[in-house]
Amino acid sequence: MAIISQGEFRRRMNRRKVEGHIFHALCLVAVLIGLAMLGALLFNILSDGLTRVNWSFITSFPSRHPEQAGIQAALLGSIYVVALAGALAFTFGVGAAIYLEEYAARNWFAKIIQINISNLAGVPSIVYGILGLEIFVRYLALGKSVMAGGLTLALLVLPIVIIAAEEAIRAVPSSIREGGYALGATRWQAIWHLVLPQAFPGILTGVILAVSRAIGETAPLIVMGALTFVPFAPDGPMSRFTVLPIQIFNWVSRPQEGFHEAAAAGIIVLLVLLLTMNALAVILRNKFQRRTEG
Amino acid sequence: MAAVEPIIRTRDLNVYYGPTMVINGVTMDMEPNRITAIIGPSGSGKSTLLRCFNRMNDLIPTFRLTGEVLFDGQNLYASGVDPTEIRYQIGMVFQRPNPFPKSIFDNVAFGPRVNGFKGDLPGLVEQSIRRAALWDEVKDRLKESALSLSGGQQQRLCIARALAVEPRVILMDEPCSALDPISTLAIEELMRELSRQYSIVIVTHNMQQAARVSDFTAFLTPQGDKTSELIEYGETRQIFTTPKDERTEAYITGRFG
Repeated sequence: MAIISQGEFRRRMNRRKVEGHIFHALCLVAVLIGLAMLGALLFNILSDGLTRVNWSFITSFPSRHPEQAGIQAALLGSIYVVALAGALAFTFGVGAAIYLEEYAARNWFAKIIQINISNLAGVPSIVYGILGLEIFVRYLALGKSVMAGGLTLALLVLPIVIIAAEEAIRAVPSSIREGGYALGATRWQAIWHLVLPQAFPGILTGVILAVSRAIGETAPLIVMGALTFVPFAPDGPMSRFTVLPIQIFNWVSRPQEGFHEAAAAGIIVLLVLLLTMNALAVILRNKFQRRTEG
Repeated sequence: MAAVEPIIRTRDLNVYYGPTMVINGVTMDMEPNRITAIIGPSGSGKSTLLRCFNRMNDLIPTFRLTGEVLFDGQNLYASGVDPTEIRYQIGMVFQRPNPFPKSIFDNVAFGPRVNGFKGDLPGLVEQSIRRAALWDEVKDRLKESALSLSGGQQQRLCIARALAVEPRVILMDEPCSALDPISTLAIEELMRELSRQYSIVIVTHNMQQAARVSDFTAFLTPQGDKTSELIEYGETRQIFTTPKDERTEAYITGRFG
């Protein structure tokens, strides 16, 4: 006995198959639209800027003459600021995540902190710029320096790192911790030798995301006063600086065609830098994953 | 019950999770170099009781206990007792094999390392794996991940890991429940072997297992609403042939539980 007659079943089966094909096609179209946009963007940028990307573009400073303008100050500025932000966010983010997951009591206070961290991740970046301007630039008198920029971006990406690290730590089964405790490991030893090695790939993924976000940020750095015209390389944490997105923004807003090409070239440099950093992090992550999973 | 000095004794042990009493008034003495089995139906608090013996329940925030657990005459729950120190002397093997995602060698070396062992580590690791009857299977692959071992091998590795810190007591929480019959047999033989040197307390839901391996058996069962009591405790042979309590008899003959 079947619940539906065979003829009815066949008719419906065909319709169900057609529905399946339509859904498949819709998903494919969605992917293709995304890919096409990305392709158009890349083509546009590459056709405008590729001829401008060469060694002298990388090593030159900005100039009034578009054909002489280069990206060195912004490239180094971006690298310094993001490296500083990444290192700070990693240190404090992982520390906070360990505290929240491993030490803090599960009470209302911890819950409030948790909710606030999630909220912070959604705060518009320009707000962090104002915070950075008030606290780092003015109150701590760091000036409009690499240090102040790095700290501001670190604050901006800290919630992302904390949330990712918390998730990675939470994913380590409690049986592993118990196994450690049962052998006489202290809480710290269980965290350091068992939990962190296993959580590390996940933590690294969070840091990749965070750094990728930081490297593209413009608004908070403009607010806190990064310069748009920097004819020198930053020479230390207290040096004034600019970053790639600000430099690109600056060039795009100029009327001369030559600066638009420079902007496209700057975008290429930014993309290459971003992809290099992501690739490096993915390689590191895979290396650690193999070591712990085997 | 016996002339020898018990290694672990409990006195009027009551266990609570939050406001709920889960174990009521357990008093029992466990002899050294013997295997003591704790049996009882699911949810009768067998594991909870076992975890009182190395303060593993401390990890549960709502856990509370009254009464005493004495190890060598010392109350484990007296103030100033460090659970880490207890766990160094009372090892534990869990229900599911839980090897660390590290090499076979590093798994066994973990305990000695965290406790600051400065002697011949490779020698200690080999000796521990040999005692766990695993050496011939892993001697050529000590650097490989412990996760590449089969379930039964992983559980013996966890036993080797526990042995490597030279505990006095080994607690086993249903150590065979995730294993196939052949691995189960291997672990049971190993337990008999180990009981010459160590005191073992095993929780099992498998009555045949308790009858096969243990010297003493404790029967725990919930009385009414969730609160478990120790119904009967004695030599395994006596418990399984001439139980004194009709509830024990009902349980071991399969009429309930």
